[in-house]
Amino acid sequence: MIRLLALLCVLATPALAVEPSEMLADPALEARARDLSAGLRCPICRNESIDESNASLSKDLRIILRERLTAGDTDAEAVDYLVQRYGEYILLKPQANGANWLLWGAGPLMLLMALGLGAATVRRRNERANADLSADEQARLDEIMRD
Amino acid sequence: MLNELAHFALILALGIALVQMILPMIGAATGRKSWMAVAEPAATSQVILVSFSFGVLMWAFIQSDFSLAIVYNNSHTAKPMLYKISGVWGNHEGSMLLWVLILTIFGASAAWFGGGLPERLRARVLSVQAAISVAFYLFILLTSNPFARLAVPPLNGLDLNPLLQDPGLAFHPPFLYLGYVGLSMSFSFAVAALIEGRVDAAWARWVRPWTLAAWMFLTVGIALGSWWAYYELGWGGFWFWDPVENASFMPWLIAAALLHSAIVVEKREALKSWTVLLAILAFGFSLLGTFIVRSGVLTSVHAFATDPERGVFILVILGIFTGGALTLYAARAGTLEAKGIFGAVSRESGLVLNNILLAVSAFVVFVGTIWPLVAELAFGRTLSVGPPFFDAAFTPFMVALALVLPLGSMLSWKRGSLSRVWRSVWPFAVLALALGCLAYAMQSGRSALGPVGAALGAWTVMGALVDLFQRAGRGTIGARLGRLTRLPGADWGKAAAHIGLGVTVFGVAGITAWQLEDIRVAQINERFDVGAYTFVLADVQQVEGPNYLTTMGEIAVFKGARDITTLYPEKRFYPVAQMPTTEAAILNGVMRDIYVVIGDAQADGGYTVRVYIKPFANWIWGGAMLMALGGFLSLTDRRLRMAAGAQKPAQRAVKV
Repeated sequence: MIRLLALLCVLATPALAVEPSEMLADPALEARARDLSAGLRCPICRNESIDESNASLSKDLRIILRERLTAGDTDAEAVDYLVQRYGEYILLKPQANGANWLLWGAGPLMLLMALGLGAATVRRRNERANADLSADEQARLDEIMRD
Repeated sequence: MLNELAHFALILALGIALVQMILPMIGAATGRKSWMAVAEPAATSQVILVSFSFGVLMWAFIQSDFSLAIVYNNSHTAKPMLYKISGVWGNHEGSMLLWVLILTIFGASAAWFGGGLPERLRARVLSVQAAISVAFYLFILLTSNPFARLAVPPLNGLDLNPLLQDPGLAFHPPFLYLGYVGLSMSFSFAVAALIEGRVDAAWARWVRPWTLAAWMFLTVGIALGSWWAYYELGWGGFWFWDPVENASFMPWLIAAALLHSAIVVEKREALKSWTVLLAILAFGFSLLGTFIVRSGVLTSVHAFATDPERGVFILVILGIFTGGALTLYAARAGTLEAKGIFGAVSRESGLVLNNILLAVSAFVVFVGTIWPLVAELAFGRTLSVGPPFFDAAFTPFMVALALVLPLGSMLSWKRGSLSRVWRSVWPFAVLALALGCLAYAMQSGRSALGPVGAALGAWTVMGALVDLFQRAGRGTIGARLGRLTRLPGADWGKAAAHIGLGVTVFGVAGITAWQLEDIRVAQINERFDVGAYTFVLADVQQVEGPNYLTTMGEIAVFKGARDITTLYPEKRFYPVAQMPTTEAAILNGVMRDIYVVIGDAQADGGYTVRVYIKPFANWIWGGAMLMALGGFLSLTDRRLRMAAGAQKPAQRAVKV
C-alpha cells in the first residue's frame, strides 16, 4: 500500500542518519558499532533502526553505543546496556527466550508438519498408483463384465 | 453538485451490488435463468457508476476543489498535474475508491469475458464478487466518504506528502490494488466451486488467468515500491520487512503457490482441495494487508490516516469473508475428490514441495508480522520483530526453493526420474558451484552470502534455460532453436519467471554482501576515493523548484583519469508541508549503481556527503520485471483462452 513514511523523525532534526562527526576513528570499532546499531530500533520512530533513523534520540543512542564500545564493552554488554534502559523493544532481532520460542520455532515446526503432510499425500497418491483396483472399482468391473 | 451526484452513484452501486449478490445466487440454486442473468448487467452498471464517481473525484483534484475535505488535505494549487492526479489515491478515502473501482472492473470482466463459463458457476462467481463489493461500498459510505464537504472552503490545500510526489509512487498503489483485488477473483471462483462441490481441470483453467494477472500486478507493484524506497529514502535500502511490506508480500507468496498448484489441478486433477484453500487464503491475506495498513494496529513506517473504527470494520469484513469461506471449505472440501495419481518422484511432487516452501515461508512472515501484537496481548512483552529476524527465518526457505526449483521443474508428470534430470543439469550445477567459489575468491570479506547468492542465482537461471531447451525436443541445434520459437506461451512464461527469480536472488545477495559505503564531510573541490571510483564535490547551489527549495550538490565521478559523469544529489524542502526530502543522485549501471547523497552544510564550510557503490542493484528489479513478464507470457498462452472457448459448444448442446 502507500508508503507514507513517518516523517516525525525527520522533522525532529533534518539531518542524515549516521553523521561523520559521530563516527569512531578506529575502523574496526566503527564497523562493530554500525553492525550493532542496524539491529537496534529507534524507540520513537515508526519502524527504523537507529542506524537509519534521523531522530535526535537515535543519534544519542548511536553515540552512547560508541562510547560503550570505546570503553571496552563486548557487543553483548553494549547492547545489554541499552536494553536495560530502553527495554527489549529496541531489539529488532527478538531474543530467543520464553514465549519467543514460539516465534522462532513457528517456521521450522510448520515446515516439519507440512513436509509430513505433503509426504503422506504423495505416498497416498503413489500407493493408489501402484495398487490394484479398489473394492469399488472391482465391483464396478464385475458389474460391467456381467452385462 | 457533481460531488453529491458521485456520492449518490456510490449508494446506487451499493443497491445494485446487493441485488447482484442475492438474485443470481438464488437463481443458480433454483435453476431460474432470468435470475442468474441479472448478474451481468448489474456488474456492468457497477463499473459505470463507480467509474463516474472516481472520475468526479479526480476532476475535483485536477480543479483543486478545496470544498472537498480530502482535496484540501492532500492537494495544493502549486502541485504538478501528475501529482494532483496521483493524489486521488495518495490518501485513505481516495485509495479505497480506487480499490472498489478495480474490484468492480474485475467483477465485470468475469461477466464480459466469462462467456465460456457454465451458467451456474458464472452466476455464483459474480454473486460472491458482488458480496465483496457490498462490504467495501459499506466501508466507504459509512466510514470513509471521499466526498465529505468542508463548510468553509479554504483558499489553498495542505499539499500531498512530498515523499509521495514521485513518479514511481504515483503508479505503485494502482498496481498493488490490481494485485490485491485481482485475488478476489480466485476467491470468488473458489467459493463458487465449493458451493457447486466441483473442481475440475476446466475450473483450474478459468482460475489460473485471474491468479496470473493478479500475481503479475502484485509483482510490479511490490517492485515499484521497493525501487522507490531505494532511490527516495536516501540510503538505498530496498526492503525493510515493514508490516505493510509484509502485507503485500504474503499474498504474493500465496498467489505464487496458488499459480503452481492450479497447474496440478489443470493437468492432473490432483491437489484440488489444497488449491481451493490457497485461493481463499490468498485473498484472505490481501484483506489482512488492508486491515494492517488502515487500522494502525502495527506500527509501520507507512502511516496511513489510521483510525480504530475503520480497522474494526475491515476486521469484520476479513472475518466474514475468510471465516465464511473457510467454514464452507471445512464442510465441502471432502466432496472434492482427487482423481490424478502420481509417483513419489514426479512433477506433481515437485510442485507439492514448491507449495510447502512458499506457504510455510508466507506463514513465517505472517507470524513475524503479528508477533509484536501477540506478545503484547498474550504475554505482556513489548518487543519488536525486525529485519534481522526475517533475514534469519525467511531466507532459508528461498535458498531451499532455489535449490530444488531446476530439478522439480524438469521432472516428468506422473512418474519422473531424478537421475535422468540430474544427467542433463549436473554440468550446470558444477558451473554454478564454480561461480560461487570464484565469487568467494574475489570478494574481500568472508561473508558467505554473496557467493551463495551467486551460485543459487546462476543455478536457477541455467536450470530454467536447460528446461526451455529441452522442451524444444531432440534433433540438431538448428531444429531445436526453430522449435523453440513455436513453444507455447506457458513454456516461455515459466522460463522467464524462473530466470527472474534467479536474477533477483543474485541481485539481493550481491547488493547486501558487496555494497561499499563512505560517509564524510567533503570540502568544495575535495577529491576522495570509494572503491574504484574518485569523487569530487565541485559545487553546492541553492535552487528553486516548482513547489520546493533545494540544495543541489554537483559531484564529478571519475574512474582512474576518466570522467564518467556528474551527479546532482539534492536535499529538498517543501514549504507547504514543511518537510525535507533527500533526492539521491544515482548513476545506474548493469554491474553497479553509484549512489550519492548530499547532507547538511557543516560549520567548517564542508558538506556531509554519502557515497554508496551498490553492486547489481538493478538486478533486483530487473528480476522482478522478468517474473512479471513470465506471468504475462503465460497469460498469452492460447490454451488458456481455448479452454474458455471450447466450453461453449458443449454448453449449447446441453441447452437443446
